[in-house]
Amino acid sequence: MDFVSGLRCRECGRTYPAEALHVCDFCFGPLEVTYDYERVAASISRERIEAGPRSIWRYADLLPVADAAPVDLGAGFTPLVRADRLAAELGLGELWIKDDTANPTGSFKDRVVSVALTKARQLGFKIAACASTGNLANSVAAHAARAGMESVVLIPHDLERAKVTMTSVYGGRVFAVEGSYDDVNRLCAELTSEQPEWAFVNVNVRTYYAEGSKTLAFEVAEQLGWRAPDHVVVPIGSGSQLTKVAKGFQELYQVGLLDEEPSVRVSGAQAEGCSPVATAFAEGTDVIRPVKPNTIAKSLAIGNPADGWYALDTIKRSGGACTAVTDAEILDGIRLLARTEGIFAETAGGVTIATLAKLTAEGVIRSDERVVAMVTGHGLKTVEALTDVVGPTATIAPTLDSFAEAMAADAATIQRSSK
Amino acid sequence: MIKVRIPAQLRTLTGGVGEVAIEGSTVGEVLKGLDATHAGFAERIFDADGGLRRFVNVFLDEEDVRFLDGLATPVTDGQTLSIVPAVAGG
Repeated sequence: MDFVSGLRCRECGRTYPAEALHVCDFCFGPLEVTYDYERVAASISRERIEAGPRSIWRYADLLPVADAAPVDLGAGFTPLVRADRLAAELGLGELWIKDDTANPTGSFKDRVVSVALTKARQLGFKIAACASTGNLANSVAAHAARAGMESVVLIPHDLERAKVTMTSVYGGRVFAVEGSYDDVNRLCAELTSEQPEWAFVNVNVRTYYAEGSKTLAFEVAEQLGWRAPDHVVVPIGSGSQLTKVAKGFQELYQVGLLDEEPSVRVSGAQAEGCSPVATAFAEGTDVIRPVKPNTIAKSLAIGNPADGWYALDTIKRSGGACTAVTDAEILDGIRLLARTEGIFAETAGGVTIATLAKLTAEGVIRSDERVVAMVTGHGLKTVEALTDVVGPTATIAPTLDSFAEAMAADAATIQRSSK
Repeated sequence: MIKVRIPAQLRTLTGGVGEVAIEGSTVGEVLKGLDATHAGFAERIFDADGGLRRFVNVFLDEEDVRFLDGLATPVTDGQTLSIVPAVAGG
């Protein structure tokens, strides 16, 4: 049994029943799931969670759907890795990486999709659909297959090859749309009106879907020994993940799982080629101006972010910051994380690490803070970005002489570059 | 005439119809014309200052009017205006 009391408009406060609704009928504001926290508090405990499944479903009491057999490939409970070598390079103290590359389809999207499709199935939907920059496409196609649902996935036509293959292999319908993600998103928002029998995970069941991101905060706190961090760095696409991470820490306190009220600074990471939230933060305005994206961080290339305004508000109220990094810095970020911690992130992870480095250098993120950086997708999804950046040390003949020659040449190169 | 596509959330104002034809020479005129023929649109899509509400997107053919000239964007016969809830995606 879930503890949902209903849906509520974040803008005008109108309330709705917990159905397949995502925006307020009156003002088009986003709907938010509301819970009966007193009943949650009476049910939930650290012990019950710790005895639960090693997945997002250990936190079922704080999710918007209850199901003894959820649509599940094992999303969540990913490693929280202490990153001392990266911290040393950046001049930080206690740094942790939330390694969400370890999810079943290689990104944090498995968290939100597992929640969305479990709820969609409960609401009677037989077809799962989405607009996606790639990671969501992978996850919806996989989870739909797992649940025996049909899937219809719409993506921009120019996505990375791995993301297209990782979506198509599951046998659902995949439409490559000649346009940007924002075009795909607009098409899906219109399709939702025409195909009300389809569960578009990030449109008509988005209210439930978005709640899945809270599990990032739940896990971080549990893995830190039921303590909140001081500062988290979260990439911004639509802005939903960032707002839900902040909500997650707050909820844990509200239901009695944290001893102290958390005071988590939340900072946002964007690519310069798509930085509507970082731009608004820098200009000190509340207005998010849509942009036309142009960045290698395609999974964050949302020019008109649905939750941009709320992400900005969350950042400001928490005392965090938001900044944008160049494509070159993103590639440096990917290599820095790989070299120091052995974690291979996709371009969005490069955005997070580069932003972590930049905000640390600017003194925004401090060495006396317990810092967590969200690395939300696997590097194998975006290998193209690194094609001309990394490769073999040398290509050699299968002989000892050839090997010795190549080793000597490389040693000389290293010596030159370190002078 | 401009074809205006109505999202499911607003079809209670059009008797369930998903598409209506409206006269007008700018995006703003068409949307005001929509309110004149189907009362109730204005309070749903405009804010107190007469601009588009934060979570309402309007597209002229495939382009967000915020990238054009907003409500002042000129429209010509045969074009399609789509009203779309902004909260989607990501």
